[in-house]
Parts: sequence; structure tokens; C-alpha cells
Amino acid sequence: MEQHSHLEPLFISGNAAIARGAWEAGCRVAAAYPGTPSTEIMEYTSRYKEIYSEWSMNEKVSLEVAIGASLAGSRAFCAMKHVGLNVASDALLSQTLIGVGGGLVIVVADDVGLSSSQNEQDSRFWGRFAHVPVLEPCDSQESFTMMQQAFELSEAFNTPVILRLTTRICHVKGIVRPQRDSYPTVTPLTGFVKDVKQKVMTPAHARFRIPWMFEREALLRDHSEVSELNRLVGGDDRRVGFIASGPAVLHIMESFPDAPILQLGLSYPPPLGKIRDFAATVATLVVVEEVEPLLEQEIKAAGIAVKGKELLPRQGELAPPVLRRALRSLMGEVAMPDVATASAPVVREQRVAPPVVSQAVLFPRPPTMCVACPHLGIYYCLAHIRNTTISGDIGCYTLGAGEPWNALDTCICMGASMGVALGLDKGRTAADKDKKIFAVIGDSTFMHMGMQGLLDITYNRGNVTVLLLDNRAVGMTGGQDNPASGRDIHGQPALQIDFRKLCEALGVRSERIVEVNPYELPTLFKALRDESKQPEPSVIITNQPCVLIDHYGPKPPLTVVDEKCTGCGNCLDVGCPAIAVVRRETVTKPNGQEKQLAFVTIDSQACTGCDLCPGTCAPDAIVPLQGVSRG
Amino acid sequence: MVDKVTNILVVGIGGQGVMTASEVIAQTALRAGYDVKKTEVAGMAQRGGVVTSHVRFGKRVLSPAIPAGEADLIVAFEPAEALRWCGELRPGGVAMVNSEPQAPPVVSLGLYDYPADPIGEIRSRGIQVQRLAATEIARGLGNFRLVNTVMLGAISHYLEFSAEVMREVILERFRERKPKLVALNEAAFAAGRERGMAS
Ligand code: SF4
Ligand code: SF4
Ligand code: SF4
Repeated sequence: MEQHSHLEPLFISGNAAIARGAWEAGCRVAAAYPGTPSTEIMEYTSRYKEIYSEWSMNEKVSLEVAIGASLAGSRAFCAMKHVGLNVASDALLSQTLIGVGGGLVIVVADDVGLSSSQNEQDSRFWGRFAHVPVLEPCDSQESFTMMQQAFELSEAFNTPVILRLTTRICHVKGIVRPQRDSYPTVTPLTGFVKDVKQKVMTPAHARFRIPWMFEREALLRDHSEVSELNRLVGGDDRRVGFIASGPAVLHIMESFPDAPILQLGLSYPPPLGKIRDFAATVATLVVVEEVEPLLEQEIKAAGIAVKGKELLPRQGELAPPVLRRALRSLMGEVAMPDVATASAPVVREQRVAPPVVSQAVLFPRPPTMCVACPHLGIYYCLAHIRNTTISGDIGCYTLGAGEPWNALDTCICMGASMGVALGLDKGRTAADKDKKIFAVIGDSTFMHMGMQGLLDITYNRGNVTVLLLDNRAVGMTGGQDNPASGRDIHGQPALQIDFRKLCEALGVRSERIVEVNPYELPTLFKALRDESKQPEPSVIITNQPCVLIDHYGPKPPLTVVDEKCTGCGNCLDVGCPAIAVVRRETVTKPNGQEKQLAFVTIDSQACTGCDLCPGTCAPDAIVPLQGVSRG
Repeated sequence: MVDKVTNILVVGIGGQGVMTASEVIAQTALRAGYDVKKTEVAGMAQRGGVVTSHVRFGKRVLSPAIPAGEADLIVAFEPAEALRWCGELRPGGVAMVNSEPQAPPVVSLGLYDYPADPIGEIRSRGIQVQRLAATEIARGLGNFRLVNTVMLGAISHYLEFSAEVMREVILERFRERKPKLVALNEAAFAAGRERGMAS
């Protein structure tokens, strides 16, 4: 499938390759909600001026926008992380009955290995569920070509197409050979074709679309048998043959260079005939798939003997070390190309430490909130209020569950803080009679899926104190714009939402909506205490931006006056990474009890003078650093 | 061009410039005509967590991740991180380590201890360590962000392509974006190169 062109090769990530592929395919509309590892797809796409691109409010809306654009006759795609497709699936499962106008591609990135997600799931399931084809590239080059092939397949078979990526594709750079250096002139498009029976999914219409969908799936099944996307690669050692898709193909090639592999670029519907033929040429057939045994079950159901998850893990990446370990028994000698172990195992034992230095030896280094993050004050306060249950959500503020705050009790999925808080309120037992229920949610997550939950709280007379942490960006994924920032995907001025009005419209009484500066601890404490005592829902809105976006203005740093610092350690409870302990002491109090003291310092290179920590220091030991100003 | 794939593991903490360093190595290898893959296991990189980046180059690179125990060179921006990842080195591999420690909040909070002598510990495992006061050198030049370029200068001794090419890749990045920093980076690269040689 190697193509040649006169253009300079690009060294780009899978995410950038998807954007390039879409552009070269003449895609006209693209929509996404940011989410690791898929975020950069839309960031790159937005740089192509010929493509209308947008940050949507959530993944369901992004798919709906792409559906509309497709029905209008344009090639369109939406991009999301795995959990996003759960949200968008409602639209998908009806869209599949309608078909497409212009090609329609759903790019979904599974966070295999959990780099930044609440779960690990296999989006290939949705292909089976919605009866639509699934394409699986293994690297940047294939992401680029398959994006174009996905549009063609979509139009040829009148179906949405799922293009499944994993973290190891999205965030790996490799060489891509582009084919064109200009946006293609679009072939005459039909425009929107009015056809109520096809496009209005009432029971009367849908009834007739279901058999149509199954016919399409049967045609796709035949196509899968002949598609060049499903092809033999690898070596000629017939003892074990592999069926694989996605980056697993490369992992096998790396681990067992002589093994033959049937690579499934079009993994659903699987080419069972091709698989059967391949099986006949090898002694043992092994299917290597990340994450669930989907192909394995289908191959077994077809009566073909295959090994899979009985050997391989059902979680995480199937990288070479995992494969070598898992398949050692099967691959015998070839299972040992791991030079270090094969050639000189004893020497290796003596010379090198075990691959990972254990936590017993070394501290962990979990992600932390940024220096001066506007969430720090909130969690400092929440940690100091007694008798609370705090329902959390997805964002940087999920880190509030960790040290030093330990001030977040649940985190489920986007927007869940609202409904879960209402449930915690309604379902409380006598044991929790006096518990104050808080819900913590960021601006972006609130607009994604939290607003409905708040309406549920007000409508159903729940009593929850909602903390709406408006940092004017999608902080977690790198500060993308949204209606809270008041800018669009290109950074141009756009609607800026008024959260006070929005919450009022959702039924919170205006007296119960409080706006606070999260760096002012006394105001914050007061708001939290007062509002949590109210017998009705309140919303406390914080109004300071994420420090990583350009709305944020750093101030001159602060410093600790050594002579004044008593070592009380209070400021450490803020959790600002700029504050570090320089010295510990153990003293004996008059009552004979031992007390640990921790004397601190502030890293002046890191501190942005947010003025939060001085509020925690009784002896006023934290003061402006003389003679330093920040531009 | 050698047939074997060369594996370089760059490790550090979010915000230290790990990704930029690995990008420079990758671009240099590309210029030398190699196939290159570079992965970025960043997680929530902007927030002080561990960052690792794998760069692999050779005639043809398949899997993007360096197999455990097969790194030829570790470029560590922080000594405890060097200790954390040193087991990834192949026998005979080299660790280039910035000696400036950076303790995370969990250490400040007293939940964990910072190792007394991480570099010594790595050495005691029979690993060849090059210790480099990169942060200090960078500060001496007036900007702690130069750490990156200092480290790259130091590792230029251990790579098969010419230091000139790598230097060019770095300077080009600044010529485009921040021309004022070109001279400083030139000095940082030279300083790194000089100290990287001396053991
Ligand atoms: S990215 Fe923004 S919101 Fe997230 S921790 Fe950093 S400052 Fe806070
Ligand atoms: S709160 Fe003040 S006195 Fe206590 S450790 Fe911090 S700087 Fe020192
Ligand atoms: S003022 Fe205190 S809390 Fe704010 S950035 Fe500086 S050290 Fe951190």
C-alpha cells in the first residue's frame, strides 16, 4: 500500500495524520469535544482553513454536527476519546439506519493503558452494536491513508465508519508521506436530499431500514474478504500465525520477526474466509487484540481454532515485553529475541536492576495541580470542612481526591457529579443525616453534561451545594477554548456564557448563586459554610482562570521569612507545588506529646504570587519577595 | 547506517522540556536519514507528573515503545527519575543525568523520602552514569529553561550523528520562534557538550 509522491515526508503524530488525511480527502466539516488522547486531532484540523471545525459541547453534539453535514452532502468527521462514544452512541445507533450523504467518519481513540481516563474500554464494540465497519490503523502513515479510505468506504457502502485509534497511535510520531499539497477540488455534491422514509426515524420508517442495514452489513462482510486493508504481513515461520489489528501488529513484528501476521485494517466485519484460509497455513493461530476478545469470539464462533485471551491480558497494551512473556511457551526459542534475557540472563541479573524501581525504593510522582491553580483554594477549604460528602467530576479537579486534600469522594463520568449528589441526598440513611452534600464540577464538564443534572436537582427539590469551578477553559486537556473562555476554536471572539444567568434559568434562586474569587480564603470559607446550611440548592461559582491560558496574569513571587516560619506546615495543605519543605524537626510539647514541624520555602521561579498561601500562615511568614517583578 | 535500532529514553517531570528534547533527537535522526518513531507517554503532563518519551531510530522501526531493558541511552532531567527508569537500560547502556533534584509534593508532605544519593544508587547497580549539573549551568547562563539544550549538548557525544546537525536542529527552532535566544542556546549547547565529555 506504499504510495509515492514528490512531497516531503512529514514527521507527525497519529492525531496530526488524521487531520492531514481528512484534509487531503476534501473533508468539509469536523467537530470534537477534547479528550485525551484524541484532543490534538481537532487542534490540527482547525489549522486547515478549508475545513469548518468546531469544539462541540459534547461528543453527542459533535457526532450530530457531522451527521448533519454528511446529510447535507459534505464529507464530515467527528473525533472523540473512547468514553465520548458512549455519549455519542445514541445518535450513532439511529444514524446507522439512515446512511450518509457525504462520507461520515467517527474517529475514536481508545485510551489503552489508561494514560488519562476513568476506564479502559474497547470501542470496536460499537461497530458490532451499530453494524458499521471499523478501521484500525497501526501507525501515523496508516492513520493518514485510512482516514481517506474511511471516507471512500462510507460513501461506497452508505454507512458511517468508525476509525479506531489507541493512545499508542495518537501520541506516537512517525513518518507520513502526504499525497497532495492542496485541498482537493470537491466533486459536484448533490446537496441535501429530502427523503422522509430514509431520514426520519419513526417506527414506521425504521422498521424498513433495519433489513436494509443488515443487507449493507452483509455486503461489507463480503468486502472485508477482498479488501486490501486485510492483508498478510510478517515472516514465514508457520508454527504460529497471528491475527492482529492496530499497533499490536507492530508489536508482534518486533517480538517475533519471522511470524506471519494477518493484519486486519478493516477489523469489522472480520474476513472469516480469509482467516480460515490463513489458519490452514499455520500450526497454531493466535489473535492479538487490544482490549476485549471480540475477534477471538467471532473466529471461535466460526469454528476456527484460535488462541487469544487465555494467553494474553485483557487489559493494557500488548507491547513486545507483554507478548514475549505471554507467548513464551508457545513460541519456544523465538520467544527469546529479548537480547538481554536470551544471550546472558545471568549477567543481566547481576548488572541491571529490575526494569522498574519499586515504590518501596522510590516515591511516586503523581500528577499535581499546577502552581497557583485556582482549584487549590477550593480544596483547601473543602478539606477543612467537616461532615461532608463531595461528589466529583472529570477534570483537573479530580486530583482533589489525592494528597494533601483528600476532598473528593466520587468520580464516575462527565457530568455525574450532579446526579450522584442528588442521589446521595435522596438516598441518605440516618447515619448521614447531617452530612453536607457538595458537587464539584468545572465549566467545561458542566456544559458537556452537567447542566441537565443541575436541572434535575432543582426540579426534584434536592439539596446540594454545587461548586462550579469556572476556569474559563478545558484545563485538563491543555486549555482549549469553550463558551466560558468566550473564544472559538480559532481563538476568535465568540459567545461568552453567563453562568449566573444559566444557573438561574436552571432553577437555582438568584440569592443562592454566589460568585467568589477562589484565592480569597475567608470569602470562600464563608460561602461554603453559608450555602451548605441552606435547605435548597446553591451554586458557588469561582471566577479565576486556569493559569495555563492567556487570561491568566502572573504576579511577583512570594517568599518565606525563615525567622518567622514556625514550621506549622499549614501552607502545605494548600497543595501548591511551589511550596517545599526544607527542614523537619520533632519537638516535644509542654504536655509531653511529640510534634512534627516542617519548615518551608517557596520556589521563586515557580511561584506566580497568587496570594493564596499567605492566608494559611498565622505568623505572616509569607511575604512578597523584594526586588522581583514579573512582566 | 547501522541496521540495529537505537533506543533513547528521555525522562523527567512535566514542564521540564522532555518532549522538546526528544523532538530534537528525533529530528536529528530524521535528518541523518533514519526511520524514526517517537512516543510521548505524557499523561497529565502539565501537572508535575512523570514524563517519559521514547525515541527509536534505525533502518526500520516497528513498535514505538522501547522494550524493557533495551534502552541504549537514558537522558534524565532529574536524578530520582533517572533512578526510577535506570532498569530500562541495556547492559552497557549509559545514563546522562541532570544532578538537580526536584522533590514532588508527596515528599514535601512527608509521605515519602527523597533518596539520599540517587546517582550513587544507579552507579551501585553497575550502570555507567554521567552526572551533569545542567540546571546549574543553565542558571549560570541566565535562564533555567536552557537545561534542555545543555542536556542535548552533553548527549551529543553518545550519538552516532554529528553534533553539528543536532545543534542546527536546536538553533533552527529558535531562529523561527525566538531569535533572541539563539546565541544563548548556542552557548548552552557548547557548555553541555564540554561538560558531557568530562566524567
Ligand atoms: S491546567 Fe489549569 S485547571 Fe488544571 S491544574 Fe493547571 S491551573 Fe488548574
Ligand atoms: S504556614 Fe507559615 S509558619 Fe507555617 S510552615 Fe508555612 S510559612 Fe511556615
Ligand atoms: S503565592 Fe503561595 S500558593 Fe500562590 S503560587 Fe505562590 S507559593 Fe503557590
